[in-house]
Amino acid sequence: MSSVTGASFTDETPGPEGEPPLRGDRASTGRLGDRLFGGMTRLAGGVVLAIVVLVGVFLVVRAIPALRANHADFFTSTEWSTSPLKFGIVQLLWTTVATSVIALVIAVPFSIAIALFLGFYAPRWLAQPAAAIIDLLAAVPSIVYGLWGAYIVAPQFAHVQSWIQDAFGWIPLFGRVPGISGGTTIFFVGVVLAIMILPIITALSREVFAQTPMTQREGAIALGATKWEMLRTTVLPFGRPGVISASMLGLGRALGETIAVMLILSTLPQGANWSWSLFNGGSTFASNIAANAPESISDTRQMGAYIAAGLVLFILTFVVNAIARIIIERRKAFSE
Amino acid sequence: MGKRIDVKDLNVFYGDFMAVEGVSMTVEPRSVTAFIGPSGCGKSTFLRTLNRMHEVTPGGRVEGKVMLDDEDLYAESVDPVAVRRTVGMVFQRPNPFPTMSIRDNVIAGLKLNGVRNKKVLDQKVEESLVGANLWNEVKDRLNKPGAGLSGGQQQRLCIARAIAVEPQVLLMDEPCSALDPISTLAIEDLVTKLKEQFTIVIVTHNMQQAARVSDKTAFFNLEATGKPGNLIEMDDTQQIFNNPSKKATEDYISGRFG
Repeated sequence: MSSVTGASFTDETPGPEGEPPLRGDRASTGRLGDRLFGGMTRLAGGVVLAIVVLVGVFLVVRAIPALRANHADFFTSTEWSTSPLKFGIVQLLWTTVATSVIALVIAVPFSIAIALFLGFYAPRWLAQPAAAIIDLLAAVPSIVYGLWGAYIVAPQFAHVQSWIQDAFGWIPLFGRVPGISGGTTIFFVGVVLAIMILPIITALSREVFAQTPMTQREGAIALGATKWEMLRTTVLPFGRPGVISASMLGLGRALGETIAVMLILSTLPQGANWSWSLFNGGSTFASNIAANAPESISDTRQMGAYIAAGLVLFILTFVVNAIARIIIERRKAFSE
Repeated sequence: MGKRIDVKDLNVFYGDFMAVEGVSMTVEPRSVTAFIGPSGCGKSTFLRTLNRMHEVTPGGRVEGKVMLDDEDLYAESVDPVAVRRTVGMVFQRPNPFPTMSIRDNVIAGLKLNGVRNKKVLDQKVEESLVGANLWNEVKDRLNKPGAGLSGGQQQRLCIARAIAVEPQVLLMDEPCSALDPISTLAIEDLVTKLKEQFTIVIVTHNMQQAARVSDKTAFFNLEATGKPGNLIEMDDTQQIFNNPSKKATEDYISGRFG
């Protein structure tokens, strides 16, 4: 897959007569086995597409009645109340995006550094076990991260946060928020999410970096590149599309993460003043739905409010993936 | 430009395995020297020791001496990165950097050396591409990716990239083995032109090529698989192809083995 490996050479190579590359049925022989297998792949592909469309349709259909009955502006209100129906997504959207972006900003550079270390600097006896341990991080259930974050790290981390607030509190983003203590803030959730998405980004980045052709690397070294210069001129550009894909996977996980966020993040009391500060509490789409939707299970209108929130999350992940795709496609001519 | 290479009693190892044993030779400045011999005889391995590229392979090391004029390439104080800036290399498969434009490929080495001045770089792009007989073909698409060129053009782009940093020596490891005959001729013409400025060492499996482009030819062989490769003899190309002094050389050239 070009988006992961960065290499799509064989996919794009025309045949000897200049005919387009093998694709779809052009390679088929029409025998029974071929038709059977082709049918199965078509079925699998079709089912996945159908599920995505059906989920979208379901979300839209169930959200509409609630949106009609909504007394607040869905796109500009910071309130979230289901009786009476007065709900808007600003607070949820901000918290979701802010925690995820913080996670990404921390995790991506770390992951790239770890991947380069494991692939190019670490001795072989260390690289293999270290990679396995990082993969293990991905296998830790989110609830464990949530407990660990909320009860062990957050109280310690509160000191770091109050230091940042003292130093940069004049910027609204880092402003002090009364009533939120103990470190259970948007910022801290972002840090925990960063740890959670680090393994997937590291593992995929390591894989694409390792696929940089030896000829490329030797080409750079023969020009008199140092190790870092070799990495910068060949390995990093080669791995770029893969790193972007990996980051988007990580971002997807961060956007949708529920249980860890729910455990850690202080929820805002009803009617609390909302602010841009990263040291505020709040709810993400996912944590809000998980925490509150069960109470509304019997009322379709109230439930519709949560489904509308889910719809926005659904669209948000689509947009994120589309942006990633555009970034990758734009540089395609330059990636073999 | 163009320096003399003096090799004395060079052994090349990969870990405990001795790949090449006891090579001594002198390569004259501004000449073309061809290395020929059967596969696995260590000619490419030996070539890579001339700019310390063998050290990229884990366990690669040498015993003996390689002098570039008066400078010992393997002296304690010598940085292999600096060696490779003086002794350039062109590989078997064209390997332009796929993420870079043609222009950026040519100046990649200069940028590593910290050259930033746009005027200097532009001038160097033209100079190197002209030097590599590629300028007329690419001057209108310098900002297009280098990977979009034909194989022969890519190889000349790699040569342009190598000569842009003004090396003393240019090593070529079977530079035409992935190319069609016409592109091969273009590279051979280029080699003849480049020897006015650079000392050139070329590894080739194509004996006509060695006969066509080189002034001196060195024949490498190995006794058996698993044994280290040796330099059998080195002489004027005319002499090697018409009247070699060793039987093994004659057998190889006349196609009786290898």
